Amino acid sequence: MILASTLTTNLAILVLAGFIGFVVISKVPNTLHTPLMSGTNAIHGIVLLGGLLVVGLSGNGAFNKVILVIAIAFGTINVVGGFLVTDRMLEMFKAKPKSSSDEEKKS
Amino acid sequence: MSSLPLATSFLQDQSFLDVLYIVAFALFIQGLRGLSGPTTAVRGNRIAAVGMAIAVIATLLNVNEGNWALIVIGVALGTAVGVPAARQVKMTAMPQMVALFNGVGGGAVFLISWSEFRLSDGFTGTPTYIAIFSLFAAIVGSVSFWGSNIAFGKLQEIIPGKPITLGSSQQFVNALLLLVAVGCGVAIAAGEHSEGLFILLLLSAALLGNAVVFPIGGADMPVVISLLNAFTGLSAAATGIALNNPALIVAGMIVGASGSILTNLMAVAMNRSIPAIIAGGFGGGGAVEGASGAGEHAGTVRSTTASDAAIQLAYANRVVIVPGYGMAVAQAQHAVRELTKELEKRQVEVSYAIHPVAGRMPGHMNVLLAEADVPYDQLKEMDEANPEFSRTDVSLVIGANDVTNPAAKNTPSSPIYGMPILEVSDSHSVIVIKRSMNPGFAGIENELYYDPKTEMLFGDAKSAVSEITAELAHI
Repeated sequence: MILASTLTTNLAILVLAGFIGFVVISKVPNTLHTPLMSGTNAIHGIVLLGGLLVVGLSGNGAFNKVILVIAIAFGTINVVGGFLVTDRMLEMFKAKPKSSSDEEKKS
Repeated sequence: MSSLPLATSFLQDQSFLDVLYIVAFALFIQGLRGLSGPTTAVRGNRIAAVGMAIAVIATLLNVNEGNWALIVIGVALGTAVGVPAARQVKMTAMPQMVALFNGVGGGAVFLISWSEFRLSDGFTGTPTYIAIFSLFAAIVGSVSFWGSNIAFGKLQEIIPGKPITLGSSQQFVNALLLLVAVGCGVAIAAGEHSEGLFILLLLSAALLGNAVVFPIGGADMPVVISLLNAFTGLSAAATGIALNNPALIVAGMIVGASGSILTNLMAVAMNRSIPAIIAGGFGGGGAVEGASGAGEHAGTVRSTTASDAAIQLAYANRVVIVPGYGMAVAQAQHAVRELTKELEKRQVEVSYAIHPVAGRMPGHMNVLLAEADVPYDQLKEMDEANPEFSRTDVSLVIGANDVTNPAAKNTPSSPIYGMPILEVSDSHSVIVIKRSMNPGFAGIENELYYDPKTEMLFGDAKSAVSEITAELAHI
């Protein structure tokens, strides 16, 4: 009974989040689709939590520890790399005066 | 379990954790709302990052003390790879970067699922629904890990960008691999505990990822990258259900929704169904028909020089620049911006017409032009740009091919017939900068090049554009 209610609650969250996702993402203009993709990559890095939760459970053997460290590393790459690269891109999109007399910044 | 002094504090209370997760996903949604416009987007991204920090810290508060070393190693490794990559990647290489990030995301998902399987001794004593979601995550994660890595290889040109197919047996092989993966999953969910079965599931999903992406040509990459994005999102949501973690569920679904919307937009912009793209075979068939088309047209192409092109542009009232993948390859975006500045000094009205599938990922051209400081109000989407071509004096096509091909409107036998295009042939004249007459990735001859209004300027996009800019100075 308790398990069933956990499942249905989670399914409800899943479905509602899907609809909210569609509404919110539909408002993103074409211009920002590349930053959107890298930004969602970063949000996908939330799987890092999965790695942290499972590594926190007792009974992990040596092999499990190795794959979980890799999973945590992968998740971290997504989070850190994703947000940084998105930030870098979006800075370039910031409103500029039409004349844009300022010289382009080289990285 | 933990011997930290705050062991008994509210920080480890499950309800408190859930509240933090709710705060985190609310911030994700709020952050993505910011992406509705360029002015609010930077802040939006940072809001989402704060959400992520909260979710990670909340989880770390609950971690067993004995595992800190593993966590520190993993996070340090990920930071050491992710930070330099994000800082140094060139904007032209963004599609590869996104493909790679997608891949590692999928990789994390299937590894987590595998470790859950091993930890619970083959989901012994685990509710069946948890096993099902975890197995789903394993299959989809493995498909997107391998698929994304192949996509990365193709974009980075480690692997040939041309479609590599198994011919007519391709769809059969794909179906078989999917069947094996799902079959293993069903057996495990039904109570089979063998790890061999789980490894077979991962392997067949891995092969499926390869088999799906290898046959896909470069021009179809925007669809594939978006689709893989959707897959990794759904796999994260499934992991969230398996781990009973609301932050994972919501974040995963948002990513899934984003990927699905983009996939659909890209497919519509190419007038192709998603199953047709996944089934592959586009590049091959197109090349054959393109070859026959070449014979009909041969010998009617006019070529021009940089100085003639400069004169044409200098005396135009309105110029529309149509960028494509060729501009990205040549890294010509800064040169294009310089040319635009020169033209604007001469009171020429310049705008950019961007096809949704120009380049190798959604929004690829916009990012490059933003890097070159082009004001985004000069970037016109297809629907906005098309009615304007008839009052345009010169359309300057830089490294774009299929997205300008009138065959999509006029030739029902063409493989791209029905695809919405930028109607550059409506403008008074057209200058096409292109390396050679070789057809594009899709291997389809472009009728535009044989139009009497069109002049070809052969050369690398960057040097050709710079030459025009230099010539403008002499006029």
